[in-house]
This record gives sequence, C-alpha cells and structure tokens, in this order.
Amino acid sequence: MSQRGVDVTKPYERLNREQIELVHRTSLDLLENPGILCYNQECVTMLEKAGAKVKATREGEHDAWWVSIPEKIIKQALDTAPSKVVLGARDPENKIVMEAEGTRVHFGTGSETNYWLEIEAETFVSKIDGREEVFPVMKKNRGNLEYLCRSAHLSEQLENLDFFLRNVNVQDSDITGENKDVNMFFAALNHTTKPIVSGISSLDQLEKVIDMAELIAGGKEELLKNPLITFITSVIKSPLQVVDETAEKLMAISRKNLPVIISTSPQGGSTAPIEEFGMMAQVNAEVLAGIAINQLSNPGAPVIYGAVPVRARMDDLHDMYGVPEFCHYNIDCAQMARYYQVPCYSTAGVADAKIPGVQAAVEKMFTYTSVPSSAPDLVHYAFGLLDKTQTFSPEQAVLENHQIGMVKALYAGSKIEPQDADRIKSMIGEVMASPYKLYARYARKMLRRGEIFPGFPFEGDSEDQDHTLLVAHEKMKELEQVEPKYLPEDVCKSIFEKIPGLLPRLNPYSK
Amino acid sequence: MGDKIIERIVENVLQGRRNKDDEGIEEDYIGEPGVAELVQEALDNGIDTNTILLEGLSKGMEQVGEKYETGEYFIPDMLTAAEAVEAGMTVMEPHLASEGGSGGKGKVIMATVEKDLHDIGKNLVSIMLKGAGFNVVDMGIDVPAARIVEAAEEENADLIGLSALLNTTMTNMEDVVKELDKKGLHDKVKVIIGGAPTSDDFAAEIGADGYGKDAFAAIRIAENLIQAGGTK
Ligand code: B12
Repeated sequence: MSQRGVDVTKPYERLNREQIELVHRTSLDLLENPGILCYNQECVTMLEKAGAKVKATREGEHDAWWVSIPEKIIKQALDTAPSKVVLGARDPENKIVMEAEGTRVHFGTGSETNYWLEIEAETFVSKIDGREEVFPVMKKNRGNLEYLCRSAHLSEQLENLDFFLRNVNVQDSDITGENKDVNMFFAALNHTTKPIVSGISSLDQLEKVIDMAELIAGGKEELLKNPLITFITSVIKSPLQVVDETAEKLMAISRKNLPVIISTSPQGGSTAPIEEFGMMAQVNAEVLAGIAINQLSNPGAPVIYGAVPVRARMDDLHDMYGVPEFCHYNIDCAQMARYYQVPCYSTAGVADAKIPGVQAAVEKMFTYTSVPSSAPDLVHYAFGLLDKTQTFSPEQAVLENHQIGMVKALYAGSKIEPQDADRIKSMIGEVMASPYKLYARYARKMLRRGEIFPGFPFEGDSEDQDHTLLVAHEKMKELEQVEPKYLPEDVCKSIFEKIPGLLPRLNPYSK
Repeated sequence: MGDKIIERIVENVLQGRRNKDDEGIEEDYIGEPGVAELVQEALDNGIDTNTILLEGLSKGMEQVGEKYETGEYFIPDMLTAAEAVEAGMTVMEPHLASEGGSGGKGKVIMATVEKDLHDIGKNLVSIMLKGAGFNVVDMGIDVPAARIVEAAEEENADLIGLSALLNTTMTNMEDVVKELDKKGLHDKVKVIIGGAPTSDDFAAEIGADGYGKDAFAAIRIAENLIQAGGTK
C-alpha cells in the first residue's frame, strides 16, 4: 500500500453501471468503425497481425493507415494489462503503489510550461495620501534548467506533493534535441526523492535516461523493482489518430517494462465532441487504442490510463479547465479506468487564470474538490500551473500545497466509531453541567494530535490589501533555503562519467 | 428572385450551413438548401459571381463578425460560417477560373512546420482565411520547409502562413524564409507566422513579414501584405 496521497474511501460515481457499459460499448464500436488513423507503419503491422483490418491512405504530406481494431484486441490488452503498478522513488517511503481496487489519490505537478512567473515584493507610494504599500510585482521569464531544478527542489519540500512531473520547459541556449532529456531527468532526479514522471523528447535518449536511472537504483533489476522514472507518451492526436513518432516511443518504452502513461488530451468542442457522451466515447477509445499498442508491444507491461479531456473556450478555442464539463469528463474517466482495473492518471488544479489571485483560487479549488472525489490514482497539473499550462508560479505551488492539504483532509474517512459513543455522551454531559458550557478544552487533544486542520497559513494582517501572495512569497523563499537532497557523490560521479550530454553545471559536487 | 437567393445565402452563412444536410444554429433547417445549393441556384439563374461573393458570402461573413464582436456568436459559430462560405466558393471556383479571376483575395499556403503536430490553431486560421475569401492550400502538419516553398511555387502563392506551437520547432520557420530568399521568391511570396511561442520580435528576427496572435490578426495581416504586394 502507498503511504502517500489520500484514501477516498467511497469514490463518487457519476456514471451508473449501464452508462459505463454504454461508453465502453460505444468506444469499442468506434475503434472498429471508423477505427483509428495510424501514422506509424510498425504499429499498423503489429495491429494487423493481431487481427485488425488495415487500409492505406495519405493524409497531407504523410502516409497513414485506417486501422479497424476488433473488440478481441482490446479485450486481450485489458486482460494482460497489470492492475497493480508502482511508481518508484529515490526514497522508498515516497513510492506510489496503485492497485485495481485501490482508492488512494496522489497529487503531482505537470505540463511543460514555457514561462516561470517571478514575483518580487515592491513598495509603492500612494499618489493620494503618500502612504507606502507593498505589492507583488510579476514578471514572466522563459523556463530554463535552473528553474527546473528549483521546481524539483521545491516539490521535495511540499508535503502534499506526491510525484514530480517535470513542469518547466528548459530553453537554455546549450540545451539541444540531443541533450534535453538526460539533463531534464537528471535535474529532477537530483533534486527530489519523489517519483519522477516525464515525457521523452527524443527516442535516442531513452537508453541514456534509463542507464542513468539504473545507476541511481543500483542496477537493472533494482530499477524494475523500484522504477524511479515513469514515462508519459502523448501517443494520440485527437480525434483517434496515432502519431508516428510517439507510437515509436510508446512501443520502445513498453518493451523496457517501465511504467508508461498513455496520455490523450481531446478538447471538447474542437478535437472531440463537447457533449459528455461523445467526449467519453472518444477519449476512452483513444486510451484503449494506446493500451492495445502498449500491450501488443509487451504483454503485461505496466501501463496507466491517462486521459486528459479538456474543454475548448468558445471565444478562442484555447483549452479551458476551471469549468464543470472538465470535471465531468475527468470524473467519468476515473470511473472507466476503475471499470477496466487499470490505474488512472487524471487532471486537476491547472487554472485558466494567468496569475495567482482570485480567479486562480476559484478555478483551482473547484477542480481540486471535484475531480479527486472519483478517486483517480494520480492527479497531475497540480501545484502552480497557470495560464492553461503556459506558466508556472512557485508561490502558487506553495499556496496549492495548502489547498491540496485541505482536499486530502476533506476526503479522509469519517471516524464515527461505536466505541466512542460513551465518551461522547459523558463529554456532553460534563459540559452541560459546567458553568460556561464550553467544549474548548476537549478540542485540545485533537489539536495536539494534529487532527484539527490548521487555518489558512497565508493570511495577511492588512485591513485593506490582500497580502496572501506576499506571505506565500516569503514561505517560498524560506523553503528554497532548505539544503537539497542531492544524489550521493559517488552516484553523481559515475553518472557524469557514463552518461553523455550532461551539462557540467548540473553537477552539485564539481563546484 | 435574385435578391431572395442572395438573402438566403447570407442567412445560411449565418447559420453555418454548407449544404442541405447540415443543421443550422436554429431548428428545422435540415433538408433545406444550404450555401452550396444556393450558390449553384444563383449561378443557374445567371447571377454574376461578384454579386454572390460580395452581397452573399462576404456580407454573411461580415455579419457573423459583428455578432462575434457583440458576444452573440462564438468561435464555433465563426468556424462553421467560414466553412459554409468555403462550400460556396468551391461551387463558384470553375466559374471564377473561366472568368480569369484568381479566386478571391489571393492564394495562401498554410502549414504547421516540420516536427510539429499542433494544428488546432493553424486550422482555425486556415478556415477563417478561407471564410474571408482567400484561396487557401492547407498542407497539414509536420511539413518540411522545402516542401512548403515548392508548393508556394507550384501554386503561385502570394503568402505562406506558418504555425508552430513548440519552442523547439519554431526555429524551423526560419528555414522557410531562408529557402524563399535562396530561391529569390521572397519579394513575391510573403511569410506570416503564428502560434503560442512566436511573437512580433521573433518574426522580425527570422525575417518573416508578419506575426498574428490569432485568426483575426491573420486575416488583417494577410490583407495588408497582399495589398501592399499588389500582386493581384
Ligand atoms: C492541444 C495540444 C496538443 C495536442 C495537439 C492537437 C492538435 N490537433 O493540434 C497534442 C496532444 C497532440 C499535443 C502534443 C504535444 N504537445 Co501540445 N499542446 C496542446 C495545447 C494544450 C493547446 C494548443 C492549442 O491547440 N491551442 C488552441 C489554439 C486555438 O491556439 P493556437 O494554437 O495558439 O493558435 C492561435 C494563435 O496562436 C494563432 N496562430 C496559430 N498558428 C498560426 C499561424 C499563422 C500564420 C498566424 C498568423 C496565426 C497563428 O491563431 C490561432 C487562433 O487564434 C498547448 C497548450 C497551450 N496552452 O497552448 C500544448 C503545448 C503547445 N504542447 C506542448 C507539448 C510539450 C507537446 C508534446 C511535446 C507532448 C506533451 N508534453 O504533451 C507533444 C508534441 C507533439 C508534436 N511533435 O508537435 C507544450 C509546448 C511546450 C514547448 N516546448 O514549447 C504546450 C505549450 C503545453 C505545455 N505547457 O506543456 N499537444
């Protein structure tokens, strides 16, 4: 069992059994007709061998194949897909163990933001009465390796953060297609002892990244037992298209026996139907197609149902997250994954808001409270993600650590137990008989035991200004001072010797 | 009679109906002639292409634009209207060709650059450009620079529109500009770019002729560049 996350003991069921089966049936029908449009020949051949019907076509500048996938392929894939998947971690205490019947929800970062939001406290003088006020001043900077390291280090400190999905895109001038992945993985692995989740930008680097993880885990077998790294592959381009390059990555990763998240992100209203049924039929079919490719490549390989269904904004077709439809789609997906007994990767937290503030707080709290109710195993896009995944704010991440704490507390099971009835009655009797009739003294024990949730820790003391962000900024700076838990020196040494492409400035011992 | 047909073209552009099988925004449209059928009917009745274009299709699109401005219409409404206009343009194409016209405001090659698969934004721009009366050849996604320039040459295009959503692929836009320069075509074929990581500055840096933050900007810039170029 996982130590981390929160056990949502009675998952909310939005769909009843008939609806789940209807979605399932409709997805299967779609996979047969129209089928998927696959751009990867090896994948097509593999599906054809397994019994799919294939027809070659041309889409724009590319060869493609219509693949009609029969039910038996999906059924077989779901049979061989393991129902228990482990996300390993440098610190074994941080492992995430996901089981078919499990209802533990874990929260992690997400996306690959182009920008890092830098916040500084600056003093302004009022033109009206000359009064001085401090305001947060914000500046968006391009993401880079140093920011990624800072983010991983901060993630280590946030107690409600359960896994680290590389969340800042690195745009340093010395980062190229040939060295990006090794450096991103190293930056993450060297700054947090929690499970690492990431996509891989180039297949050429897969071996190197795995070699690095093996050096840290202590060998090939050890890495399989404690898979420190989990991959995400966005193998589907909605609607129902299998992308050439990502299909290749998915097949290669599957053969390595490391956990992989099949991620698809259809946008209701543009690349998928906006209505719940249409969205669900399609997104579920897309994930099933991905799982089929994964299981055909390597039956029994650890796989995660990763649906990231979102809604389109109606004024510009950008993604929209803080809306009820988004929550409906995601709750339904968690139910589908549970029906298939495959672990689920879901989404909450990301805001449409560009900066921390009222809009961000409303949107985030809305998805944080609703989506986890259905008990998906993993919730990504949490912690500091703004502007529909374009911007990361560390202060916002610190604020959300508390929001997620609230959510975890909210879903923790009830403690109404028969053995406490007598104690409760006598407590109420005693208070009734006392002069002030107050229960305060009885709250103390729970308070000491840490069973009473603390108040909002970022409350400012101003009467006319919201200082929340400034308080969070101070907290963030404090957390940044904590000494990082770097990899041991000998491990770093052998990594830098054996893994080509690592930038020397990432080595904490060479300074 | 003619006026009635033109009015119905405008109405059906507003309803976003390409043909008789399409539904409209309001109920009870299915089975009624859509823009394609109405344009055909107008042509059969001897109404000239210019009238159909200006009084019918463009006017409908203008009204759609106004409704978007006032918040009555949304992007999906704009897109479906633009598709209806395109359906009408397709019917008119052979007539426009025989009249010796270029078919609209000019020819645009649209593509998402090499190694990039994002196309929601690019498609939006393509559809809206078509709706605004441009003749758009959309080459799809992941298109190498050389192919884009080749197509621009073959199609005798006025403009190339490039889209990139990844900071790793936006650099491929520069290859298109370079290839045009190399072939001495850049005077004739202008390049506009767009997509989240790009910017005005980036366009200037790589020698592109314009940057558009959205589909409306794309139309504006395309119109300005093509007018300035005076090719048609
Ligand atoms: C949808 C999406 C996908 C879909 C694409 C589906 C499709 N049919 O296009 C899928 C799932 C396939 C996908 C895959 C990937 N994606 Co993606 N994706 C997005 C997402 C969420 C939305 C993009 C979008 O469609 N926006 C809506 C449209 C309407 O807006 P737009 O594209 O900006 O277009 C408008 C303007 O820019 C402009 N415009 C666009 N083109 C042009 C052209 C001209 C000429 C002009 C004038 C104007 C113009 O007008 C448009 C209309 O207003 C963005 C996040 C974001 N917030 O942008 C990430 C994002 C772009 N993806 C990202 C990444 C990393 C990827 C992947 C590498 C894997 C992954 N981690 O998910 C792969 C890469 C695949 C590849 N090789 O291209 C990152 C990019 C970071 C970076 N490196 O720069 C982003 C920013 C998400 C993130 N924060 O992590 N993605």
